[in-house]
Amino acid sequence: MTAVTAETQEANEAYEAAFDAAVAADERIEPRDWMPEAYRATLVRQIAQHAHSEIIGMQPEANWITRAPSLRRKAILMAKVQDEAGHGLYLYSAAETLGTGRDELLDKLHTGRQKYSSIFNYPTLTWADVGAIGWLVDGAAITNQVPLCRCSYGPYARAMVRICKEESFHQRQGYESLLALSRGTPEQHAMAQDAVNRWWWPSLMMFGPPDDESAHSAQSMAWKIKRHSNDELRQRFVDICVPQAETLGLTLPDPDLRWNEERGHYDFGPIDWTEFWEVLKGNGPCNEQRITQRRRAHEEGAWVREAAAAYAAKHGEATA
Amino acid sequence: MTSTVNAAALALGDDALVLSHRLGEWAGHAPVLEEEVALANIALDLLGQARVLLSMVGDEDELAYLREERAFRNVQLVEQPNGDFAHTIARQLYFSTYQRLLYGRLAATGDGDFAGLAAKAVKEVAYHQDHAEQWTLRLGDGTAESHERMRRACAALWRFTGELFQPVEGLDVDWRELEADWLASVTAVLERATITVPDGPRTGAWSAGAGRQGLHTESFGRMLAEMQHLHRSHPGATW
Repeated sequence: MTAVTAETQEANEAYEAAFDAAVAADERIEPRDWMPEAYRATLVRQIAQHAHSEIIGMQPEANWITRAPSLRRKAILMAKVQDEAGHGLYLYSAAETLGTGRDELLDKLHTGRQKYSSIFNYPTLTWADVGAIGWLVDGAAITNQVPLCRCSYGPYARAMVRICKEESFHQRQGYESLLALSRGTPEQHAMAQDAVNRWWWPSLMMFGPPDDESAHSAQSMAWKIKRHSNDELRQRFVDICVPQAETLGLTLPDPDLRWNEERGHYDFGPIDWTEFWEVLKGNGPCNEQRITQRRRAHEEGAWVREAAAAYAAKHGEATA
Repeated sequence: MTSTVNAAALALGDDALVLSHRLGEWAGHAPVLEEEVALANIALDLLGQARVLLSMVGDEDELAYLREERAFRNVQLVEQPNGDFAHTIARQLYFSTYQRLLYGRLAATGDGDFAGLAAKAVKEVAYHQDHAEQWTLRLGDGTAESHERMRRACAALWRFTGELFQPVEGLDVDWRELEADWLASVTAVLERATITVPDGPRTGAWSAGAGRQGLHTESFGRMLAEMQHLHRSHPGATW
C-alpha cells in the first residue's frame, strides 16, 4: 500500500466516524457533509420514489376535477392536486442536493427504472374515491411521513415538515368529504362504503412488506432515515382508523378486525401480499395507464421546455 | 340587487367559472411541473372569483350545475378547448389582459357593485397576465416550432376577441377605450414575441356578443355535460 492511499483510507475512516457520530447524536447530515455512498444512494432512491409518487398521485384525483359535484369541493380538490405538484417540486429539489437532477430522475421513472407508490395503480371509479384517498391513502402517507421529519438527512427532513402540514389538510378534507357522503342520501352512503371497501386493503399495503421481508429496512433504520418498522406503522394506522370509521358510520372490510385487550391494539386479518407483489410488478389495474399518461405529458411538453431553454439562451438568462 | 347587476355578475362569473374549468383540465398533463402549479393556481383564483360573482346572483351550485348551455353568459373565448400549450397561453394572454384592464377600471370606481371584488381580483389577474406574457415571449421567440405553434394559436383565437368588448349592461366602463388599451397591450407583447398581429376579423360570422347572449360553440356542451353530470345525477344531494 502506498502512503497516499493509506492516508486517503485514514481520512475516509475519520469522515466515516464523524458521520456515524453525527447520526448517533441525532444531528442532521447536510448536502456538503461527507456521507457513505450507500447512504446517498438509498436517499436518492427513496426521495425519488416519493417525488414520483406525488406526481403520479395527481392522476387518480385529477380524474375527478372536471366532475367535482360542488364548486367548494372542486376548489378543495384543485388545491390538493396543486399541493401534490408542489410536493414533487420540493422533493426533486431535495434529491438534487444529493447530486441527482430532476431530468435524470424523471427519465428513470418514464423508463420503469424507478418506482412510485403502488397505491396509485388503483382506479378512482366514483367521486367517493376522492374522499377515500384523502382519508386512507393520505392518512397512511402521514403515518409513514411524520417520522421522516426527523430523518437524518436535513433537506429531506425539512421538506417533510412542510409536506406533512399539507398532507394533514388533505387527510381532513377526505374525511370530511366521506362524512358528508355517509350522512347524505342512501346512494351517497353506498358510494362512500364502496370506496372504503376498495381502498382499505391497498392502503394497508402502503406500509410495505412485513418486516421480515423488507429489503431496505434494517440499514435505513440504522442510518435513521427510517425510524419505525413497516409493521409498527401499519398497526399504528389501523389503530387510528378503526374509531374514525365508526364516527364516519362506515365499516372496514375485514371480518377479523377486533380490539385485542392484551396487545392494546386492533388485530386485523391477513393482507393479500400476492396482490401487492403483482401490482408492484406492473400488473395492477392502472400501471400502464399512469405511466403512459406521464410519459405523454412529458413528451408532448418537450417543445415547450425547448422553447424556454432557447429563449433563455438568446436573452442571456440562466436556464431553469 | 338589480337585474342589470345580476346580469353583469353572471357574465363575469361565467367567464371565470368556465376558464377555471378549462385550466383544471390541464392537471396531470402540463409540460413541466412548475406549470402544473401555475395553471392550477390561476384556475383556483378564477374559481374563487366565480364563486363570489355567482353568489351575488343566487346559489353558486345551482347556477353552475343546473343551468342549460343557452343560459350561460360567458364569452366564447374562455370555453375554447385547451388545444396545445400555445393555444392555452394565447387564450390566457387575450383573456387576462382584458380581465386586468376591466377589473382595474371596476376597482377604480371605488363604490360600484363590483369594486371590492375587482380590487382583490385585479392583483391575481396581474399575475395571470404576467404568466401569459412571459410564456408568449418564450414560445414566440423560442424555437422555430414553438414560434409556429404560438403564431397559429394567436391567429386561431383572434376571432373570439371582438366579443370581449361588447358592452355588458350594469358595468360602467368605456368599452371603446378598454378595447383600444387591450389592443395596444396585446400588440406590444406579440411584437416582442416576434409574432405578427393576426389580421383576420375579430368576430366570427355571428354577431359579436354571441356568448353573452347564450350562443356558444359546440365543445361547450360537452364541457358542461362532464362538469354537471355527477351533480345532476343526485338531485337535491349535498356534498
